[in-house]
Amino acid sequence: MEVRVQNIRKEFGRFPALNDVSLDIRSGELIALLGPSGSGKTTLLRLIAGLESPTEGTVFFGDEDASRKTVQQRNIGFVFQHYALFRHMTVLDNVSFGLTIRPADRRPSNAEIRRRAGELLDLVQLSGLEKRYPAQLSGGQRQRVALARAMAVEPNVLLLDEPFGALDAQVRKELRRWLREIHDRTGHTTVFVTHDQDEALELADRVVVMSKGKIEQIGTPDEIYDTPNSPFVFGFIGQSNMLPVRIENGQLWMGDQPVGVGAPGEADGAAHLYFRPHDIELLDGEGSISGTVVVTRRVAGTRHVELDIGATGTKVEIELPPEKFTSDRARIAFRPTRWKLFRT
Amino acid sequence: MSARTAPLWQFRQPSVLPGFGLALGVTLTWLVLIILIPLSGLAWRSSALGWATFLELATDQRTINALRISFGTALAAALVNVVFGVILAWVLVRYRFPGKRLVDAMVDLPFALPTAVAGIALTTLYAPNGWIGSLLSPLGIKIAFTPLGIVFALVFVGLPFVVRTVQPIMEEIDKEVEEAAATLGANRFQTIRRVLLPGLAPAVLTGFALAFARGVGEYGSVIFIAGNLPYVSEIAPLLIVIRLEEFNYPAATAIAAVMLMISFAMLLIINMIQAWSRRRYGYGA
Amino acid sequence: MAHEAVPNTGSGNTELVRVATSESRLARYGLIGLALGFVALFLVLPLAAVFTEAMRNGPGEFLTVLSDPETFAAIRLTLLVAGIAVPLNLVFGIAAAWAIAKFEFRGKAFLTTLIDLPFSVSPVISGLVFVLLFGSHSLAGPFLQSHGIQILFAVPGIVLATVFVTFPFVARELIPLMQEQGTSDEEAALSLGASGWQTFWYVTLPNIKWGLLYGVLLCNARAMGEFGAVSVVSGHIRGLTNTMPLQVEILYNEYNFVAAFAVATLLALLALVTLVLKSLLEMKYSEQIAASRRH
Repeated sequence: MEVRVQNIRKEFGRFPALNDVSLDIRSGELIALLGPSGSGKTTLLRLIAGLESPTEGTVFFGDEDASRKTVQQRNIGFVFQHYALFRHMTVLDNVSFGLTIRPADRRPSNAEIRRRAGELLDLVQLSGLEKRYPAQLSGGQRQRVALARAMAVEPNVLLLDEPFGALDAQVRKELRRWLREIHDRTGHTTVFVTHDQDEALELADRVVVMSKGKIEQIGTPDEIYDTPNSPFVFGFIGQSNMLPVRIENGQLWMGDQPVGVGAPGEADGAAHLYFRPHDIELLDGEGSISGTVVVTRRVAGTRHVELDIGATGTKVEIELPPEKFTSDRARIAFRPTRWKLFRT
Repeated sequence: MSARTAPLWQFRQPSVLPGFGLALGVTLTWLVLIILIPLSGLAWRSSALGWATFLELATDQRTINALRISFGTALAAALVNVVFGVILAWVLVRYRFPGKRLVDAMVDLPFALPTAVAGIALTTLYAPNGWIGSLLSPLGIKIAFTPLGIVFALVFVGLPFVVRTVQPIMEEIDKEVEEAAATLGANRFQTIRRVLLPGLAPAVLTGFALAFARGVGEYGSVIFIAGNLPYVSEIAPLLIVIRLEEFNYPAATAIAAVMLMISFAMLLIINMIQAWSRRRYGYGA
Repeated sequence: MAHEAVPNTGSGNTELVRVATSESRLARYGLIGLALGFVALFLVLPLAAVFTEAMRNGPGEFLTVLSDPETFAAIRLTLLVAGIAVPLNLVFGIAAAWAIAKFEFRGKAFLTTLIDLPFSVSPVISGLVFVLLFGSHSLAGPFLQSHGIQILFAVPGIVLATVFVTFPFVARELIPLMQEQGTSDEEAALSLGASGWQTFWYVTLPNIKWGLLYGVLLCNARAMGEFGAVSVVSGHIRGLTNTMPLQVEILYNEYNFVAAFAVATLLALLALVTLVLKSLLEMKYSEQIAASRRH
């Protein structure tokens, strides 16, 4: 089921949580809403669910205007950060809930409900725990029950609100991988909200980067990482460095130092140069950015070097293969190999 | 030289805080003097009766009727309080309306008001010539001086128990759980019936048991409105008082012992409900 | 957790959203009406009856009644009894809470249950136990008689019965509160060189002052209003062994309704003051008290 969000605006009192947001979600895709807190990502998710209503704009499920429908009528599956399991019901009853409360004409038989719930519990690898109560489960198990419960109603779209936010780092990693598997097996259109970019980039088919109630960029993880189209996205995703530069005759200058990078065809003026710590090559001598080594750290397979650049004391962090860095080097010169310019 | 080993059985864990001996000493002394000696006096006097006499006194027809009236009216009142207590708690926790703070404070009135005052006030209301009684007697409905009057008095007395036990649990209901039920297709009625109310069951049970236990032993608010007709509207505590005035200590003792045993059983049940609920669901009442 | 409806600026779709987490307006008003009706019938009306009946013959008579010597004696006795019972149980409550909340020892749960006993005992039985203990037919009876000591049908008996009935109030409030607070504050004080009493006075007491006041308030309300237990031990000797609640009963049974309600009004006023103070205390320290309410 494809979902289309059209010119959504949502105000809480005077505060605009979402400002003219439009988004097309393809049927069967796993899409992430990524952003810092306050970006509006959870509000957008809840609007799709029907747990909030927009101040302006519409939500379409397929061709139908879902804004006309209550949350019960939209047939969605929602997974909450803190599971929201029904504490007084067993795991089996929790998962069966959506089916048991259906009106008589749409309700499957009890045997059928039990079968379906059992299948789902198999799918989430919790068979054998049917009779347990939520209080007797671990966090990871509870979230899996919540997912099974949401899937039981064969939802048009699965909506997950920071589903792994309340779990330990290790459990989070496992469940991430596992969610992708489940998605590939079942093919539900899935939207999940996260502030963890590793999660979004690892899991999603497409990522929607949001900030302050607006969509900054939509793209595949590769696109978002390699070709961010705004300073926010560049800075939010992965590591980045920013240098204030001047464009003159197609060359970039920092103060009176040439950066060693050309920007042909760009008009003169001030700009910000963004590049990633590992997109650099070391140079000897002139015509490049150079700085004094402030501190270095060994991180996994690379060495991170923090440099103090120029008179303004701007700090930059670069990554080098460990063998390229000899401890007696006090000054390092480099040039970015991949970068992006944003006008100020 | 042998090493000193810690005693195998420790009464208490060592602590740097002083005053344990003093505090426990005062506590135990006071406890023994005020509670244990008097209560064991009762226990001793009842056992001194001997089984046969005890049973005879306990199963005397008037006694049985009094016990039946006490327990029956307490049960009815506790049930009323369950229904309205839950509604009241719901309204206080979830809705806003003018005077809510006042109503919330008023719920504790039965705790604060002396029972004799409640007794005469209720009688004034429900006597045949009373404020409400006069409206009902043309319809042939008598409240005061009947067991129904006792029920009304016990509803007053037990009102705060269910409300105050259920309120904190209701305040903690996670809104997301309701939203989850809605996303799964449940309408409001289904959500309340299947998701919210069952979660309140332990608290409601506890509140019911507390209201019931209180109602069984209630004296002051009941004796004015009850009419106190033997076999009809005479409560067990009143019968104890009557027997005392007759200097019939054995009978008074026997009735008291029966009532105590049932009260302790109720206490036990309440504690068991709490423990079971904590184990099963991870939270108590 | 906020449950109140947040103003939702939706484009006429607010009704749809509402369905997720709240009832229809009709249902809401219905429930509120039902609740308020119940409260009006069972709480407000009786209270109103007390004040109205007391004033039935005008405020003049109300004041005359209160200056009647018997009534005056009853008021004095009530104050005396409360004045003894409350401080005693206050000291006990603090001692018990200190022992139970700050230390780990075997039998704690049992001790707590014992302390709660008077709560589950009918007031009449609370009085009965003292009759059995000190009455002329008891073991102690002849001894007391020969020494001219009168417990029953005299003030000491009333005090004892009241102490029994109000025994748990302060302890019940303090124990959960002090348990919540733990021992770290006291340990810190000790490590800084304070003695036990200094620690208690300067560290513990300020921490528990609201719970203490709360417990004293409830203890006092019960001490002044106790009827059943006192009725059994008092002997109803007018002017001597009648507390205010007993005086109410006597006047009422003599069909002296206005007088009975006049005395009742004083007690009702006491109850209202108790409720007001209770609300104030609750507002002041809602976190402390909420933690202790989860017994």
